[in-house]
Amino acid sequence: MQPNDCVIKLTFLMKRDIFQAIADPTRRAILVLVTSQALTPNAIAEQFDTTRQAVSKHIKILNECELLEQHKVGREIYYQLKIDKMKEIDKWLEQFKEHWENRFNQLDQVLINLKSLKK
Amino acid sequence: MKSNLLMDFSVDKENSTVNVKKEFNASISDVWSAWTEPEILDQWWAPAPWKSRTKKMNFKEGGQRLYAMVGPEGEEHWALADFTSITPKTNFKYLDAFCDSEGNLNVDFPRSDWDVSFDEQNGSTFVNIAIKHENLSDLEKIIEMGFKEGFTIAVEGLDKIFEAKK
Repeated sequence: MQPNDCVIKLTFLMKRDIFQAIADPTRRAILVLVTSQALTPNAIAEQFDTTRQAVSKHIKILNECELLEQHKVGREIYYQLKIDKMKEIDKWLEQFKEHWENRFNQLDQVLINLKSLKK
Repeated sequence: MKSNLLMDFSVDKENSTVNVKKEFNASISDVWSAWTEPEILDQWWAPAPWKSRTKKMNFKEGGQRLYAMVGPEGEEHWALADFTSITPKTNFKYLDAFCDSEGNLNVDFPRSDWDVSFDEQNGSTFVNIAIKHENLSDLEKIIEMGFKEGFTIAVEGLDKIFEAKK
């Protein structure tokens, strides 16, 4: 999905979905940048080849998805990763893991049956 | 029987790939059969009370498996696998898709690339599964579907069934 579509979707549906936030490579890169330190929008934009405007749109989406923490120092706003929100991804993935565990429980049993058939 | 069989689950978010590694207390030929023969595959592919029912399967490169996940109320969700590469008792690859009972693809849902490898070590068989999606939101869509199809069912009930069988 193009970043623009995301903005539109976020604006119209007000859907603050963490997976939309991380679906874009630039936004994932921004998240990595602000993991270890708080950065201003200018400092973030310097790391990318795209326009400052494009980067600030990405920051806006990340902010709407509540993935960023803001601190004001003088006239500058610093952004840093809000780590709690990222845990939602792990929680969601955990459910997928359970699906595989269920399936494998059954396969383990099938294999036991196969083995006993041969005896 | 070895009680602590390894199961590793990880998601490579950069590559939108789910990696699953599982150890089985069985020979590589049994495990290979369980993954590649429809009669055995149907016994475990769908978590109870759902059932997997293979309508047709031609396990060869360029062949297909057309199967349904059948729910307790008789509801059916059809899927199609296109086998792209097979190396007996070592590896097979396929492209997964949602479809109708005749195998016509449902293009609203993204396909995923499956790569399943087999390897025997010290009497155990290890299976490595890599499921690659086009992007992370595709992966999300698939999992949402999974929930709708009732794939994720509390394990407690299942464990009791297995215990009773022992």
